[in-house]
Amino acid sequence: MLSKEQITSLLSAIPDPEIPVINIKELGVLRDVVVNGNEVEIIITPTYSGCPAMKQIEDDIISSLERNGIENVKVKMVYHPAWTTDWITDEAKEKLRKYGIAPPEKTTADKGALMGKKRALECPRCGSKNTVMISQFGSTACKALFQCSDCKEPFDYFKCI
Amino acid sequence: MTKQEALFNYCLRLADTSLILAQRNAEWCGHGPFLEEDLALTNLSLDLIGQANSIYQYAAQVEGKARNEDDLAYHRSEREFLNTLIAEQSNGDYAKTILRQFFCDTFDFYFYAELVKSKDETLSAIAEKSIKEITYHLRHTSSWVERLGDGTEESHTRMQDALNEIWRFTGEMFEMNEVDTILIKEGIAVDLNSIKSKWESKSKEILDRATIKIPANAFMQRGSREAKHTEHLGFILAEMQSLPRALPDAKW
Repeated sequence: MLSKEQITSLLSAIPDPEIPVINIKELGVLRDVVVNGNEVEIIITPTYSGCPAMKQIEDDIISSLERNGIENVKVKMVYHPAWTTDWITDEAKEKLRKYGIAPPEKTTADKGALMGKKRALECPRCGSKNTVMISQFGSTACKALFQCSDCKEPFDYFKCI
Repeated sequence: MTKQEALFNYCLRLADTSLILAQRNAEWCGHGPFLEEDLALTNLSLDLIGQANSIYQYAAQVEGKARNEDDLAYHRSEREFLNTLIAEQSNGDYAKTILRQFFCDTFDFYFYAELVKSKDETLSAIAEKSIKEITYHLRHTSSWVERLGDGTEESHTRMQDALNEIWRFTGEMFEMNEVDTILIKEGIAVDLNSIKSKWESKSKEILDRATIKIPANAFMQRGSREAKHTEHLGFILAEMQSLPRALPDAKW
């Protein structure tokens, strides 16, 4: 049987199905790995209640472990503590930016960006802070839609919750 | 009524309301007034389905009869659904859809903030998760109620018409019965009297800003606590449940 650390590192190779540049560990969806004899329990939490990627993530976890000879797998979904964008690692935020998605700021510092108040979000393409929110809702539940007033490109913002 | 029966009933009330409201909003998919609002409503719908899903899962566990969340959503009939009447009202125009959602969001915002304190750990965790999403929803719908009400003559008239039509379904959201009595005693349920004044003052604040007026001495329709519905629910279920009922063994 693989150790908790080995399993965690295996699962860290699983990309988020909707934002494949970051993995489920750095996104904060993978919460814990519990090894009990020949049984493994994987604890995950959804970013949003209705996130349609959760089923895919569960399937990916099970098949990844099966490929490594672990058959006795249980995936458990927990809601508490509720997922927050603060769990996304700094490294993952940088990956988001390079991918064209403005990463979430700290929840304590943010909020204003989505409440329509003046707040300078940086365009992930040209770096300008001259940006406006187009919609609080974007291509997936976790994102809002912004546009850069300088390079004119629309971009996704990973909203803070 | 046992505590278990009360809890099952309570979960259904919450999950049914979220699901039926989600189904209504989803009817806008591809028909929104413009792309961003189309996306907003479907996003909102998805959050509500997610919330309903987690509560149905818990309800199934509480009931202990080997039913799952899909059985509860797709294999119960109209007189078993406990969703609020406001959730099932027809979409009408965009003003009516937004106003209906605004009243439900305002209710949910205060309700789930209280439910976080529930002694039932599962409901508390679901509430903790949901409140983050509801906060977004409320921000979105309250800004639209204000924008449309205090907008053009046309949008103002439509928002006022929507209010005249929907207002009578807002009263029963706060109705409590034996289920509430049992669960409040256990520290599980939210005392709806405790959130009513907050709901009223938030609604009034936004309606004032939208320059629309609450109908005076309005009759308040009730019934959902006894699973008595308006003419709409049967049609919603007929559409929503047709596939799983026609092909009960179908798997994704």
